[in-house]
Amino acid sequence: MRKTIGLTGDGAAAEAMRQIDPDVVAAYPITPQTEIVERFAEFVAEGSVHTELVTVESEHSAMSACCGSSAAGARTITCTSSQGLALMHEMLYIAAGNRLPIVLINVNRTLSAPINIHNDQSDSLGSRDAGWIQLYCEGAQEVYDTVIQAVRIAEDRSVMLPVMVCLDGFVVSHNVEPINVLDDQEVKDFVGEFRPVINLLDTENPISMGNLTLPEYFFEHKYAQAYALEQSKPVIAKVDKEFGEKFGRSYGIIEAYRMDDAEIAIVTLGSMVGTARVVADDLRQQGIKAGVLKIRCYRPFPIDEVAEALKGVKAAAVMEKALSPGAPGPAVFSDVLGALYHKGVHVNLISYVAGLGGRDVPAKSIRRVYEHLQKIAASGKVDRILNYLDLRGWQ
Amino acid sequence: MASLKELSQREILFTGGHRLCAGCPAPIVVKQVLLAAPHAPIVVNPTCCLEISSAVFPYTAWKVPYYHNAFENAAAVASGIDAAITALRRRGKLDENKKFSVIAIGGDGGTYDIGFQALSGMLERGHRVLYVCYDNGAYMNTGIQRSGATPYGAWTTTSHVGDAQKGKQQHRKDLAWIAAAHGAYVANASLHNWRDLMRKVEKALNYDGPSFINVQAPCPRGWRFPEDKTVEIARLGTECCFYPLYEVEDRGRKWVINYVPRNKIPVTEYLKPQGRFAHFFQKGNEYLIEEFQAEVDRRWEHLQRLAKMSEDL
Amino acid sequence: MTVQINDAIRKLDKKSFPAWYEIPLGGTLVAEGSTDYHTGSWRTKRPIWNAEECSHCMICWMYCPETAIKVENGKVVGIDTNLCKGCGICANECPREKAMTMAPGGEY
Ligand SMILES: Cc1ncc(C[n+]2csc(CCOP(=O)(O)OP(=O)(O)O)c2C)c(N)n1
Ligand code: SF4
Ligand code: SF4
Ligand code: SF4
Ligand SMILES: [Mg+2]
Repeated sequence: MRKTIGLTGDGAAAEAMRQIDPDVVAAYPITPQTEIVERFAEFVAEGSVHTELVTVESEHSAMSACCGSSAAGARTITCTSSQGLALMHEMLYIAAGNRLPIVLINVNRTLSAPINIHNDQSDSLGSRDAGWIQLYCEGAQEVYDTVIQAVRIAEDRSVMLPVMVCLDGFVVSHNVEPINVLDDQEVKDFVGEFRPVINLLDTENPISMGNLTLPEYFFEHKYAQAYALEQSKPVIAKVDKEFGEKFGRSYGIIEAYRMDDAEIAIVTLGSMVGTARVVADDLRQQGIKAGVLKIRCYRPFPIDEVAEALKGVKAAAVMEKALSPGAPGPAVFSDVLGALYHKGVHVNLISYVAGLGGRDVPAKSIRRVYEHLQKIAASGKVDRILNYLDLRGWQ
Repeated sequence: MASLKELSQREILFTGGHRLCAGCPAPIVVKQVLLAAPHAPIVVNPTCCLEISSAVFPYTAWKVPYYHNAFENAAAVASGIDAAITALRRRGKLDENKKFSVIAIGGDGGTYDIGFQALSGMLERGHRVLYVCYDNGAYMNTGIQRSGATPYGAWTTTSHVGDAQKGKQQHRKDLAWIAAAHGAYVANASLHNWRDLMRKVEKALNYDGPSFINVQAPCPRGWRFPEDKTVEIARLGTECCFYPLYEVEDRGRKWVINYVPRNKIPVTEYLKPQGRFAHFFQKGNEYLIEEFQAEVDRRWEHLQRLAKMSEDL
Repeated sequence: MTVQINDAIRKLDKKSFPAWYEIPLGGTLVAEGSTDYHTGSWRTKRPIWNAEECSHCMICWMYCPETAIKVENGKVVGIDTNLCKGCGICANECPREKAMTMAPGGEY
């Protein structure tokens, strides 16, 4: 039976995992992800899942064990944050290169130093080139729904790639929201059975994987992998659509919120989307044509959708919670810029880095970003491309 | 244990056509391990000489399921495979009677050093995995750098011999002892004694818990000896008690020495044929031989004490 | 561009250089052994097996790193010259003086 209950983002992720009932979970505690692995361990203890939980001695071993179990044909999920994701970094590339459909729930937290347990997106944005699909969730309901979708996406025969589901630490992971939880059987039916292509346990048909691949073959291997990631976009859309048709909620690859006639727009991902919506609504009431472009699917990057949505906008700001020191601009900004260039769309585009290390990004600050965009839209001139929201001493 | 004649009629599931050096110990170890495996083997292999030379796209020397992931995580990858077997069996997705021999085979660098934590985790969690270390006493794949397994005084490309320093400054880590402290089935073996090694592999893989076997694997290239002497050097290593053959059962309590040399030979007979110890035999460096001998004696005596204490267990 | 991807795990034609869309999933190979990769050219010396002197004790078979000692029905029948690297371990370990010896030069 479907029901609505109060759950945190972490709780929603754990609940989705319970209903998916994966074969193997290998995970290690780290704030603010810990509640997921703790809650899941309760499910194991009470016997409400059949999962083999591997309580590994590090995230490094968590991702390694996930690779082993996925390669052995077991449906495999893990979860982590921040330093944990960094410790997995080497195997993130390997999981993708080996085409293992692992699902990883990353509760976004900044990276040390200085050490800080709070939210920003440096961890997963820093892993953007590992070859994983990355989906960013705005709230706990979306986390719940996306984790379920992720299993289907990863295991699609034409994808066979790992998927990272990202949610903002504390802001989403620890906030209680009313969550519509599906019936256990509905989830089971939706995810279906895992039919692995790569299976080490098929000892009658032995395979050799992770082979040394020299220059004559390496490029082709990597391109085939990159191509699979690029081509996963329609699958992500299809799974989301099917989810919507069955359960009444879908999110799209991107979501263009009040973008139809928008003159100024904020492009962002994760929980900042929600705040930006509220501000855009306010501005609309004042007759200001403000919109929000939410990037839900960050890898593969929705080039066409983003360019299409920004076409006609006079000025836009990309807001993201990560720095890219020494780069011409932070990651998401650079990607949006690239998408516009691909499609020959010109928009006066600026970047706002915000909310590092858990700094609050309140509506009034986002309002200032829109004000900045209004000025650019009016003058047709970009005064400053790279901006830092609520950074003391910066003007 | 099958005789050599019987064994030789079985298929070897690791073939030639690999690119390991002539006289390499690794394939000899792999052959004995796979021949002894009682169930369908699944091999996890960290980055090392064996890996980069045996599975070179589009060729692979393996005829069993084989997985190389990274350098430091073979034990964790194997843990994942073990977890998958448990989970899929629980769900009825695997044939009840189908049994697997999950085997990780790594070099000493990937085991003693960078893979140490993963190994400890695997042993502590109690996975049904056999971890075999082919111990060639250095990072050979990257060009003979010292590892935690490199013996005292040995020349490597990161423990040179010069006026200020004569080879590696430390004695080697005794990994089998550390593994035994986890309560796993643990053994020290050597490729020259195939019967002993294969018996241990079979025992480990029939054991319902984690196991670790360290295998002496003399490397002609890194140890600087002629490539036809691989087996002979291993024999000398055991005859001088530098590499004793023993096993630890009963969750780390029962120590059994499997081979006691009739005449324990001086370490010089083992050191002399190896170029990595050439400086031991130069004038003024006699203390290196003395210290090497003293450490071998200390460890051998301690091992004998443990074995004696275990006798009535 | 949409292309047909043939990524099932299958035996490869080792002599061809596949296009990217012909690379099997994750570069995974059928574990079929590598006896078709010949390392015989590595030899600088070669083992000479003497059938008359051989007791078929199989010691050379156990220690050969290259699976190059050919065995049929429990008896040694020769050396696989495609695989043998000429290391000399077989001759060194052979308990019979004249059953396995090394000769200079890799060519037979
Ligand atoms: C994280 C990481 N660090 C370093 C390396 C480089 N590396 C590959 S193999 C190797 C040494 C392997 O030594 P060992 O495990 O003893 O095996 P051997 O080659 O001696 O058989 C090193 C240093 C690597 N691949 N990955
Ligand atoms: S360096 Fe040693 S271990 Fe490595 S392939 Fe050569 S002989 Fe084997
Ligand atoms: S070791 Fe010598 S005697 Fe024994 S089988 Fe080989 S060649 Fe024959
Ligand atoms: S020379 Fe070496 S490779 Fe050749 S048959 Fe003898 S042991 Fe095998
Ligand atoms: Mg080594």
